[in-house]
Amino acid sequence: MTDAPAGAWTTGTLAEVKRSDRLVRLRFEVADRVDHLPGQHYVLRLRAPDDYTAQRSYSAASDPDDPLLELMVECLPDGEVSGFMHDEARVGDVFELRGPIGGWFTWSGEVPAVAVAGGSGVVPIVAMMRYARRLGLEHLLRVVAVARTLDALPYADELREYGALVALTRENLNGRVAAPPYPEEVAPLVEGTERAYVCGSVGFASYAQRLLGESGMRADAIRVEQFGASG
Amino acid sequence: MPVTRGFTGKRRADRARHADRLPPGQYDAGTDWPALTAEATPRVDTAQWTMVVDGLVRTPRTWDWREIHALEGSTYHGDIHCVTTWSKFDTTFTGVSVDTLLEQAEPLPEAAYVMAHATTGYTTNLPLEDVTGGRAWVVWEFDGRPLPVDHGGPVRLLVPHLYFWKSAKWVTRLELMDRDRPGFWEQNGYHDRGDPWLEQRYQGDP
Repeated sequence: MTDAPAGAWTTGTLAEVKRSDRLVRLRFEVADRVDHLPGQHYVLRLRAPDDYTAQRSYSAASDPDDPLLELMVECLPDGEVSGFMHDEARVGDVFELRGPIGGWFTWSGEVPAVAVAGGSGVVPIVAMMRYARRLGLEHLLRVVAVARTLDALPYADELREYGALVALTRENLNGRVAAPPYPEEVAPLVEGTERAYVCGSVGFASYAQRLLGESGMRADAIRVEQFGASG
Repeated sequence: MPVTRGFTGKRRADRARHADRLPPGQYDAGTDWPALTAEATPRVDTAQWTMVVDGLVRTPRTWDWREIHALEGSTYHGDIHCVTTWSKFDTTFTGVSVDTLLEQAEPLPEAAYVMAHATTGYTTNLPLEDVTGGRAWVVWEFDGRPLPVDHGGPVRLLVPHLYFWKSAKWVTRLELMDRDRPGFWEQNGYHDRGDPWLEQRYQGDP
């Protein structure tokens, strides 16, 4: 196992906020920030005046080289933390943050890899992608991003610019008819890689693992980060 | 630590349902049961699966699916808590108590820790006293139905008084040790013991 960096509780000042319908992109200036590995996450904690707290984990979208920490939060129905960050958070607000955390779902160019991510699952992959771009390692990281529509895909423009395979399941895109990724589309991206990163909801992760298996990826070479209820 | 401007926790009224049963920093997942995994979900064939208890024991033991079902059964009814902050109340799991397995294997006096191994290679370490005295099970049923594969089916370890990553899914072996050794998540930043009431989430937490 790599000796992944880890950080204690600290504070982050919200420096930039960008909201869309269901997403909010947050950029924090973090006190005593510890450089993370692409793929690691932070815990964000809210505190009410009577010391009631609510905390959730969010993957870092930023390249470790970025002076600010970037998180992309999907606003969930009734989401206690995501709802607050989407509706209330303002530039200048101070938040409790802890991180980076996690030593498993990380990539820093050590092996040729393919990432298959769905919806907000693209966030940790974006950090890996930005890292790869900065160091000229794009040939070592292939990306498949899946979402219902382009609007529902965080970082869509950046992913397309990178050359990711973007598969929209409810919308046509540049001549590609709406559909989940085909094995024929994915197999060439899997070829030559030694590891896969899968990130998304439980249902998506299960689908992505099958897809990768069909393309010849060994099960023990697949790293998974999945979230959400399974019903 | 600073109070978050404008945050009052307005969903807190929902929490009142089990306020005294909710560890610090957790929320009630209600009827949801989130599933998180690090590795690809395996398909475990019960005809091939075995449960092994070995390491520092007098008699290493192995049970197959039929044999483990023939042991005296045991049910847990209560709450479970995940380090990612969801808690789920009033769950029911059925299987066999780890005490029953250990009785047959007979831990040696110097055994003080356990490494739980899953079929996938996933591991998690625990103090031996945290899996004895009626505090741990190997389970194959949830709410009266076969344990779903995404939640560790057909069989997982259940140690509900600790964060749920200690309840290794797809468990296949309990290895008794004299010295503690970090398992998978423990090597990747998480706590060696994981008591939700003491918020022992990450390495470095007291």
